[in-house]
Amino acid sequence: MDRADVDTRIRSLIEPFNKKGVEIAEGTTFAADLEFDSLTVMDFVAAIEDEFDIIISMNQQAEIETFGQLVDAVHKLQAG
Amino acid sequence: MSATDLFSKFDEMIALRESILATGVEDPYSLVMEKVLSPTRAICNGRDTILLGTYNYMGMTFDDDVIAAGKQAYDEFGAGTTGSRVLNGTFHHHRDVEAALREFYAMDHAMVFSTGYQANLGIISTIAGKGDYIVLDIDSHASIWDGCAMGKAEVVPFKHNDIEAMDKRLGRIPAGAGKLVVLEGVYSMLGDVAPLAEMVAVAKRHGAMVLVDEAHSMGFIGEHGRGVCEAAGVIDQVDFIIGTFSKSVGTVGGFCVSNHPKFEVLRLVCRPYVFTAALPPAVMASSAASIRKLMHGSNKRAHLWENSRTLHRGLRALGFQLGTAEPESAIIAVVMPDLERGAMMWEALLKEGLYVNLARPPATPANMTLLRCSLCAEHSAEQVQTILGMFERAGRATAII
Repeated sequence: MDRADVDTRIRSLIEPFNKKGVEIAEGTTFAADLEFDSLTVMDFVAAIEDEFDIIISMNQQAEIETFGQLVDAVHKLQAG
Repeated sequence: MSATDLFSKFDEMIALRESILATGVEDPYSLVMEKVLSPTRAICNGRDTILLGTYNYMGMTFDDDVIAAGKQAYDEFGAGTTGSRVLNGTFHHHRDVEAALREFYAMDHAMVFSTGYQANLGIISTIAGKGDYIVLDIDSHASIWDGCAMGKAEVVPFKHNDIEAMDKRLGRIPAGAGKLVVLEGVYSMLGDVAPLAEMVAVAKRHGAMVLVDEAHSMGFIGEHGRGVCEAAGVIDQVDFIIGTFSKSVGTVGGFCVSNHPKFEVLRLVCRPYVFTAALPPAVMASSAASIRKLMHGSNKRAHLWENSRTLHRGLRALGFQLGTAEPESAIIAVVMPDLERGAMMWEALLKEGLYVNLARPPATPANMTLLRCSLCAEHSAEQVQTILGMFERAGRATAII
């Protein structure tokens, strides 16, 4: 799966969590822009893990702040 | 206000605390017990108060034998150890309390830490290191999270008590990586119990080691009081049980019991065990006496369960929303609509002469505000009725029911 496919699939996974309909760009942050709290993060990460059949440990999550970084990380994980 | 400094990160917490106190309620986090009259009664902030938030499940704090054992150790061995367990801090009593734990759990090894927090911190951080994976429940206690962080393992949480979510995460761990599953028998916020029979089976199918924190079940869950893993019939599959002396045992300290053949090496490599002073001999002597008495506490156990059922039924009948549909442990959590009204209700109860724990985010699941009640085997049936009357009056005064 190329990066664009990963991007598209994550965009659709975000929708139910994007309560305020924030426009998603590469630099959109989960904490500040999307206002995800820790429970939302857990549910959202679980949705991504199930979709791509990967693990994103909390250690890895700590390095991911923006949508673009998440797409990169998932792209790399599902290729490996 | 000072300029930005290292304390600026606490501004939100300071503001939250000030906003609660500004409503005029008593500070829920600076209660003082001026006199403790029994396991269930104290003078708190000048009032004669029934204690319903102490985790003193079996009421051992005032047990005659427990106190006598401590006094004797005080007289004969002095006030403190002034040293680490691996240097000058292991007295006869530390060995004896570890023997009592081996008897209680029928396990080969027992290791005593200075607190329950340190037991989780030490065991988890030592056995799961860089490159290993820890799969744990999202509602785990702070001491478990801190142990995960200290060991630098890859940390993978799953939704509370969700067997399938746990199974999936275990299945995705890279082949060859070390795996530790961390669970609790009773979760202390809502007082709910984990489905350990299923969860331990899943963990074992994936070849993971299993650690279960049984802090809130010792002495009254399972045939021998060994906890939820005993009641679920999987205690022989559990690699490590973590427990504490500061709840049912009635003193202070933490421990790990295990049948692992190499367990004793942990005494040399576990930093929260090595680099701290051992508990005072009086605490160890009292703890050993208490643990041995808990092995024969079936009458007290039955009364504790009766209290839990009566309080749960009564609160539900009054219209309170509770953390569990049925009483699953000796913790009954009463769900409050928000923090402000939770604090009001907490204060109204204190003025009635009842102490419960006010639990608030972020320590609580789903950002709930809870009034957490923990029952004691020494609460009389009359006291439980008195408690229900206090809840009714306070609940109506604050319009929560």
